[in-house]
Formats: sequence, structure tokens, C-alpha cells
Amino acid sequence: MSITKPLPTSIDETLALLSSQDYVANKALATVLFLSLRMKRPLFLEGEAGVGKTEIAKVLSKALDRPLIRLQCYEGLDVSSAVYEWNYPAQMLEIRLAEATGEDDRTAIERSIFSERHLIRRPVLQALEGTGGRAPVFLIDELDRTDEAFEAFLLEILSDYQVTIPELGTIRAQEPPIVIITTNRTREIHDALKRRCLYHWVDYPAADVELEIVRLKVPGCHDELSRQVVAYVQKLRQMDLFKSPGVAETIDWATALTELDRLALDPETVSDTIGTLLKYQDDIARIEGSAGRELLTEVKAELAQAL
Amino acid sequence: MAEAANAIKFKGGEGRIPDNVVYFARVLRKAGMKVGPAAVRDAVEAVQIAGIGSREEFYWVLHSVFVKRREDHEVFDQAFKLFWRTRDLVEKMIAMFSPVAMENKQREKLKAGETRVSQALFEGHEKQRPPEDKPMIDIDARETISGNEVLRQQDFAQMTAFELSEAKNAIAKLTLPFDQVETRRYKPSASARKIDPRATMRAAMRTGGDLILPRFRKRRKVHPPLVIIADISGSMSQYTRIFLHFMHVLSERRRGVHTFLFGTRLTNITRQMRNKDPDEAVDQCTGAVKDWSGGTRIGEALRLFNRQWSRRVLGQGAVVILITDGLERDSIDELDTEMDRLQRSCRRLIWLNPLLRFDGFEARARGVRTMLAHVDEFRPVHNIEAMADLVSALGEKDAAKADPRRYM
Repeated sequence: MSITKPLPTSIDETLALLSSQDYVANKALATVLFLSLRMKRPLFLEGEAGVGKTEIAKVLSKALDRPLIRLQCYEGLDVSSAVYEWNYPAQMLEIRLAEATGEDDRTAIERSIFSERHLIRRPVLQALEGTGGRAPVFLIDELDRTDEAFEAFLLEILSDYQVTIPELGTIRAQEPPIVIITTNRTREIHDALKRRCLYHWVDYPAADVELEIVRLKVPGCHDELSRQVVAYVQKLRQMDLFKSPGVAETIDWATALTELDRLALDPETVSDTIGTLLKYQDDIARIEGSAGRELLTEVKAELAQAL
Repeated sequence: MAEAANAIKFKGGEGRIPDNVVYFARVLRKAGMKVGPAAVRDAVEAVQIAGIGSREEFYWVLHSVFVKRREDHEVFDQAFKLFWRTRDLVEKMIAMFSPVAMENKQREKLKAGETRVSQALFEGHEKQRPPEDKPMIDIDARETISGNEVLRQQDFAQMTAFELSEAKNAIAKLTLPFDQVETRRYKPSASARKIDPRATMRAAMRTGGDLILPRFRKRRKVHPPLVIIADISGSMSQYTRIFLHFMHVLSERRRGVHTFLFGTRLTNITRQMRNKDPDEAVDQCTGAVKDWSGGTRIGEALRLFNRQWSRRVLGQGAVVILITDGLERDSIDELDTEMDRLQRSCRRLIWLNPLLRFDGFEARARGVRTMLAHVDEFRPVHNIEAMADLVSALGEKDAAKADPRRYM
């Protein structure tokens, strides 16, 4: 297999790599990403929902032209669905065949039954299959959803890039995958795991960055509308809401408004489309009242002043 | 920009950078961040890989290695500014290790973490202050409520060995109702419900595949996470000590116990409670909490909990034990909304009310009535003298009596 795109050699190159895939990043993120690529350490991304954590892995796999292997975590995720499983029906069949052919060497039967042919590879094992220059991007998504036991299991994989299968032995990656771990902080991840990673808190973007994101992601959006949308969302984040809207919500909202052929925000439109932005009834109730109107007039006044 | 120029100047004497990173790590450690030797090694490696470009890049390179929690960002920020600012590093090192007092810089309001960082940098330069005497507070403010914020320090008598063993015995007997949840993991089982294919295959290999006998498995059960939110206001002060010990023993014996205290503000004391020694744990709590025996704002405290912590600690079917007398002075509306949200976010909400003097309890106080509507279990206690009373109040035995509707 041909050697694909090389890893970036400087922080600025990393930044360029991300922006080539329309991902607007700041220096902080580019630095930590660059270091994790060069030091071959997992990147641990923490942040509110919808700030583009998962997107980083997707962008990276596209930009570096490597396969993306995703392990979505959930409660009760175990070895048989994360790492490997044996193909039991095929194993049974193998035993019957051995019987039929009169094979009676036990070790031979055992070797043929627990051979790689009958191994079903789950994401973790797939991620360790990378060969020179084509190690996959391995995304462990929402790690906080699984339990501590699985977290502890990941320690071996993340520090040595190997897994042990009792029947087969230890499988080690030729080239370690690019590991990206995301969490929403619904519980604290143990220090032992964090210690092995480079940590980065992905924050909500600043207004100018967010405006750039909207322009890139929603190209049809009217210029004034996108300004208003971003200013409005930025204001919302300063309010004491139960769940502040993330960047994903901003993009959704801008798309919705563009689809509705709006050129500027008005109170009716806001209340009709607020469902794309706020997802909790309490928050919506607050914005639908007079607070929402005040917010809108404030935004408009500020934008008018800026022009 | 002069600083950026300085940062570039380091390039000349690159040999000193690793040393300085080590010193910097020491400062961070003293300021309370967890920075181990492995992190220092990583930092030096990271600096070598990234090279020393602008000050901003250097900042983020060190940041990505040293900062492992979001809370540490502020401390790091301050430490970086203080440590990597002076023109001459040697001069600073001399200042750091010599007894000359640092010149007082004109500065506006101190930012979060700054005090800790400068203490770490210039440790031992402050004049020795006489240790403050902490007064013992003997006021029994039971049945007095107020919404005013009074900040007080509190000391608790240490736990005797007898008490400790009693408490451990009592907690060992505690079985909370509905205290087992099925996980999606399995363990071997003798009962023939579900076949365990992997174990079956492995066992079959023992006979060379001649005999395939089924093996079985069943779902593993665990205790769900437990969140304890306890009121430490004046009206509850009599029981605070026993609650702290209760929380400590529970944190030690169970996994996933999170503990919070509130009076007029909410404090997370989970980390303090992890301390093995009960007296040390309680001491650390007394240091962390500022509003001992003050007023109560139950609604406000619950609002804070719901906003800041509920999504972080109530995952995976957590059970909440709320310990308060329910005597709320502030808005009942807020209490209503927040109790409602709390009940919806957890698997089971248990309210332990220790302020009952007699059996024939009637919910008269407005706060109590409001809260009763939103709890799954109401556990009144008359008098808590020992952990055993608390345990028997929470135990499974009285589950039938715990229906909150009996009191409404």
C-alpha cells in the first residue's frame, strides 16, 4: 500500500491541515493536535456537547487520508463488542468437521478452532491493524458513557497499543493508531487514563471564529443574517441557561434560517426556530418571553453600532 | 512583544530550557496541580518536538502536557505568566531560593489561582504568621432557620476507635432499597438461563471437542452510584458530625459515592472524603466549606447542583440521598422547580429528614410540603445518636413506611 499523506511537521502546518478541511481551529488546538501526532500520544478532548470534538477525528482522517475507526461508548460496553468475539457457529462446525475426518490431535483441533479465521474483529482490534504510514484514526467517542471497568481496560491499549487474547496471544500494532478520545464530562475520567493522554478542553469559539465557521459551513447564509445569528448565540451563552447552544446548534440554526429564506432575524422567526438552538423546555420558555426580545434588540443595536 | 523576543532568546542557550521546565513543573506541583515526573519528561520532549517559536506556542505546548483537568487551566495560566516573565531567568531563580522578599508589584485584583501560584513560587518568603486559633462552636442552633449567609469555621470532635468500628459495622448492615442495578456485563452462573458461548467453547476444548456441554451466564449486578447532598445549616448543626462520618464510611466502602454539603452555598467534598483517615477527611472538609451552621437556601443550592453537577454525577442510574430538614426561607417556587428537576434526573430520590421529635409527623412547613411532592422516599428520623440510627432509618426494612404520600 502506498504511503499516504505525511504528518504535519509544525504547528502552522497542522493549522493549515485542519483548515484545508474547513475546520476552523485556534492555535491551542493545533498545538495539542500536532504534539499528539508527533509524540504518538492519544488526544483527550473534553468539552460541552456540540463544540466539534468528534469532528476533529473525522477531519483528521479525511485530511490525512486514513481510515476512521469509531468506537461509540455506552454503558456495559464489553470486550466482546469492543475488541473481539469468536465466531461460535463456525467453531462448532469446525469441531464437527474434525470429527468427520477423524482428526484426533487435540492441539491441532484447538489451533484450528481458535485461529484468526474465526476471530471477529471489533473496533479496538481493527485499530491495531495499521501498517506503515497507514495507521487508522481511532475515535473513542463519549468515553464517559461507559463504566470504569472499560476505562481500566483501555489503559493497556493506550499505553502499549496491544491487546491480549487468551486463546491467541498478544496482538501488537505495527504502527500505533492516531487515538482521539472525547468526553462530555458526565462523569470524571480517572487520572490514570488522562495521564497517558494529551488533554485539551474544547471551548465555545469566540465570535469572529464562530462567524467564520458559519460562513464556511452554511455558504448560502446571508451575510447580515450570519452576523446576527452568531451575535445572538454568543449572547445566549452568557445567559445562565441549563444547556448553552454549541457550534453544531449555531450551524443548524443558520441552515434552518437559510432554508426559510430569511435575511435577518425577527422575533417571530426566532421563536419559530428556537427549537434548533435550545433543547430544554425551561430554556425555551425563558427565551420566548420578553428576555428573548430584549436580547434580539440588543444584538441588533450592537451590530448597527459596529457597522 | 518584548516577552516574545525573550522567548526566542532562549534558543541560544537551549540547554537550559529542560532545567527551567523542571523548575516550572515544581512550581505547578506546589500550586496544587498533579504533575508527575512522567509529565515533566513529556514536557521536555514536547518542547523539543515543537521547537520554541512564539510565546503563545510555547504556552500551549506546555499547557497540553501539564493541564489534565479543566479546573487547572487558571492555575497554569497564572503560573506561566509569573514564571516565564522576567528578563533574566537566573535572577528569578536567585529570588526563588534566597530569603530576600520579592518586591511588591502593583497589581489589580488577584485572579483565581494567583495566590496559590505565587505562594508556590515564593514559598517561605512570607513572614511566619501565628497559627489561627479555630474556635469550637458550641451553639446549638437547632430549629432556627435563616436565609442570611453567615460564614463560619467549624471544628468537630475526632472519631474514637470505638465509634469508628461501630460505624463500620452499622454501614456494613445497611442495605438500601432498590440498591442493585443490573449491568450489561455477565458473570458465570449455574442456573440454565443464558448460554455463555465463549465459556462453552473453551470447556469443549478440554475434551478435544468430543463433548460440548453448555455453560451459562447471568447479568452482573452492582450498586448504582450514590450521591449524598447534606444540609449543614444552623438548624442541622447538631447532626453534621455524624453525617460527615456517615459520608466518609460510605465513600470508603462503596464505589461511585459523591458527596456535597450546602448551607447558603454548595460545596463538593467528594475528593476530601476520599481521604482514608476519617479525622483527616473531616478536617479537610472543614477547610473546604465556608458556611458552617449558617442559613439555608435549599432551592438555590439545588439549582446550583442541577446546573453544575447533576449531569456529571447523576449518570448511570444514580440514587440521591438528600439530607435536610426542608425548612426553606427563600422562594418556594424555586424549590419546587429544582426538586422536580432533581427527581427527574436521578433514579431514586431519598429524603432523610432528621428533625422529627415525635412519631405523628405532619408536613406543615411550606418547604416540607413542596419537597414531599417530589421525592420517591421520605425517611424521617427522630433522634440520631449513632450511625446505627441513621442506618436503620435508611435501611430496607422500613421501605413500606417511606412513601411520601403518607405524610401529605
